[in-house]
Amino acid sequence: MMDRAVFPEDVEFHPAEEPHHPEGSSTMLGFWIYLMSDCLIFAVLFAVHAVFGASYAAGPAPKDIFELELVAINTAVLLLSSITFGFAMLRMHMGDKKGTLIWLGITGVFGVIFLAVEIYEFTHLISIGATPQRSAFLSSFFTLVGTHGLHVTFGTIWLVTMMVQVWKFGLIEANQRRLSCLSMFWHFLDVIWIGVFTFVYLLGVLQ
Amino acid sequence: MAAAPLPEVISPIFGRLTFAALPLNEEIVVVTFIVVAILGASVLGAITYFRLWGYLWREWFTTVDHKRIGIMYMVLGLVMFLRGFADAIMMRIQQVWAFNGSEGYLNAHHYDQIFSAHGVIMIFFAAMPFITGLMNYIIPLQIGARDVAFPFLNNLSFWMTTAGAIVIMASLFVGEFAQTGWLAIPPLSGLDGSPGVGVDYYIWSLQVAGVGTTLSGINLVVTILKLRAPGMTLMKMPIFTWTGLCSNILIVATFPVLAAVLALLGLDRYLGTAFFSAEFGGNPMVYVNLIWIWGHPEVYILILPLFGAYSEITSTFCGKRLFGYSSMVYATVVITILSYIVWLHHFFTMGSGASVNSFFGITTMIISIPTGAKIFNWLFTMYRGRIRFELPMMWTVAFILTFVVGGMTGVLLAVPPADFVLHNSLFLVAHFHNVIIGGVVFGVFAAINFWWPKAFGFKMNQFWGHVSFWFWVVGYWVAFTPLYILGLMGVTRRTRVFDDPSLQIWFIIAAAGAALIAVGILALLIQVVASIVQRKSLADETGDLWDGRTLEWATSSPPPIYNFAFTPLVHDIDAWTDMKERGYKRPLDGFGPIHLPSNTGTGVIIAGLSTVLALAMVWYIWWLAALSFVAIVAVAIHHTFNYDREFDVSEAQVRETENARTLRLGQAIPGSNAGQTVPAE
Repeated sequence: MMDRAVFPEDVEFHPAEEPHHPEGSSTMLGFWIYLMSDCLIFAVLFAVHAVFGASYAAGPAPKDIFELELVAINTAVLLLSSITFGFAMLRMHMGDKKGTLIWLGITGVFGVIFLAVEIYEFTHLISIGATPQRSAFLSSFFTLVGTHGLHVTFGTIWLVTMMVQVWKFGLIEANQRRLSCLSMFWHFLDVIWIGVFTFVYLLGVLQ
Repeated sequence: MAAAPLPEVISPIFGRLTFAALPLNEEIVVVTFIVVAILGASVLGAITYFRLWGYLWREWFTTVDHKRIGIMYMVLGLVMFLRGFADAIMMRIQQVWAFNGSEGYLNAHHYDQIFSAHGVIMIFFAAMPFITGLMNYIIPLQIGARDVAFPFLNNLSFWMTTAGAIVIMASLFVGEFAQTGWLAIPPLSGLDGSPGVGVDYYIWSLQVAGVGTTLSGINLVVTILKLRAPGMTLMKMPIFTWTGLCSNILIVATFPVLAAVLALLGLDRYLGTAFFSAEFGGNPMVYVNLIWIWGHPEVYILILPLFGAYSEITSTFCGKRLFGYSSMVYATVVITILSYIVWLHHFFTMGSGASVNSFFGITTMIISIPTGAKIFNWLFTMYRGRIRFELPMMWTVAFILTFVVGGMTGVLLAVPPADFVLHNSLFLVAHFHNVIIGGVVFGVFAAINFWWPKAFGFKMNQFWGHVSFWFWVVGYWVAFTPLYILGLMGVTRRTRVFDDPSLQIWFIIAAAGAALIAVGILALLIQVVASIVQRKSLADETGDLWDGRTLEWATSSPPPIYNFAFTPLVHDIDAWTDMKERGYKRPLDGFGPIHLPSNTGTGVIIAGLSTVLALAMVWYIWWLAALSFVAIVAVAIHHTFNYDREFDVSEAQVRETENARTLRLGQAIPGSNAGQTVPAE
């Protein structure tokens, strides 16, 4: 009631100009919130790994099976792919379609290398008997790292789709917005990987 | 009678699906199937006969209009509510019957499926669609928006929820449902404890529906944060929008946890990982913790929007601004945060020790403080208000009286030593039905009676509404008070057969209560039909039947597709009351074209493929699962190649719609907006 006095009686009830919410104006916020919800899936998997990280069930321990050289290569590949994606975004903002496509392509190649190394690692572990069924530790290891790998797979599919769309339709506003989302997704996966690298591999080997 | 046998060899084409999966030996299921088949065939036949498929597809299934999607959610919720209630009635009859050496009429295999399905369906496929439907319909209108932030996603969310419901309904007739209780806790839900397809049905129906719920949560959060009308700061948002915001934040913050933990259970079942079986270092209590980290916030996801609805109803029917608006907002936010740190009270008996139990016992008791503050806010709003006892207000009063008791038994259960005695007893069952029926279900009925006139342009039939109200409220108390008493006597939940004949009388009373509720539900259905039949005499042309206070009442009933011809400018909490008090006149000229999103069938297609994927995974039909998964990805990618997703409602169309409203207003009410005439072209 007291607020009332503040306003004059002949106040406007409609803005002079209709507020404009063009399609996609809320996409960034929505995608951020999606990323945070995805982050919670990883939070659960990290928590599960924290519980089961030492439940070897008389099976192999991290020291026995992790090849840190391989993991170091993969970490480098993924971190580099974040930088190359950054270059792609810079090119995009300059309106350089060709440069954007080239850097996206390089990023995609890094993504595929990362996946190839991970698949090699997984098949190797399974071949020496360190299977996801062997112990709760290995279950949570394969699930956490595999979920990240699955995200990279989808990121790569998305990246290829985006390259086709940029190539066909150019750096139009919708494509720029989509590339920004993919960029956030890609960097997000990098951040998750740093957690995986640190807590699963490095701390695992230290135990 | 054991579960239907599964084939020993998994066929490469049909997986483990054989004719033995059809429960032909369960007469009850067969009869149910025949009834459902006849009803279903007659509905489909009627749609075909009246040539409605094209209309349904164009105007409803593919719609991205939040109002229509909201209505579809409500229909889904109502259908599944009837299914869940049928389960409840069967349990009540079994527990009356199974005394004095009788086994009752349900074997253990069937009974266990029924109580599991009842819980899952009521929470995920009745209550969730109800609240999502209400929020979908009302929130964009309350904030003066034209639609939600992501209209296509909204359509997809609805269909994913429906897909989950279809999967769980399929389990009734093909194979079996989980016999594990509604949370499928391992090791019982592991492959050794539940070798059949029941738990797989559980996992996949919830995973599919969970995608929809999470996406709709993100959608509504962004809608509220980004699309509010100018002037509507956060602390000027209607309370229903506030509680909707908190509820959707909780959805986004908890449903991923559910997805993750169900995925882990799925890995245990499909790949033989060792998460929740003790043999290889796993631990089932990890599952229990994780699922309750989702599960406890879930009950607040359900109740918060209805707290909002009660607030709107109380202030509308008392003709006053809500008492303690800010404290209501803060209480909602505090509940949102606290709901995340009470999960362990669901299993004090885990053995986590006195300190941990004390922490969770105390946080649980603390959460009753903001909830209590809300009750006082409603009471003080009513105090010296001119209360109009319309049906929504009656439901609100019934809620306050019922919910307070449920809240108090909740605080009682929050005391760990008491919980050690009462956990897993019928006392607990009575408690959560007390808060869920007294809070959520009554709230949904209050909200339906309150907002129905907005959605359809006519009031609901009052006589059948009153019948439904009285049978429901009395029925609730008759049905669940005996369970409190039985629980205090130590009777455990989910029990199928009883030895002690002295208990039978309480079950008879409870069954009588369930029968009263059945009459209440029947009266509700009659109310809906009667309202539609009498829509002419119940019509409301003003768009503001209750003298409403928030912006949804500022537009016509039902609202035009674009909601508002001109976006409102908000100056006060009860924006529409403020506009009315200051003599607001609807602008009659100066309309412009309005951008709206176009309809699309992609949501239906993706959800349909997800249904196939889920069923293929349940039955180990790997080729079909792979195929449908690839198809989902392909359809999604294909959808992104469509860049043209908007259309214009032309200025002429807007003017025509608004002029028609002006004429109706002029006939309906002298004064206020009326007396205005359509300007000459």
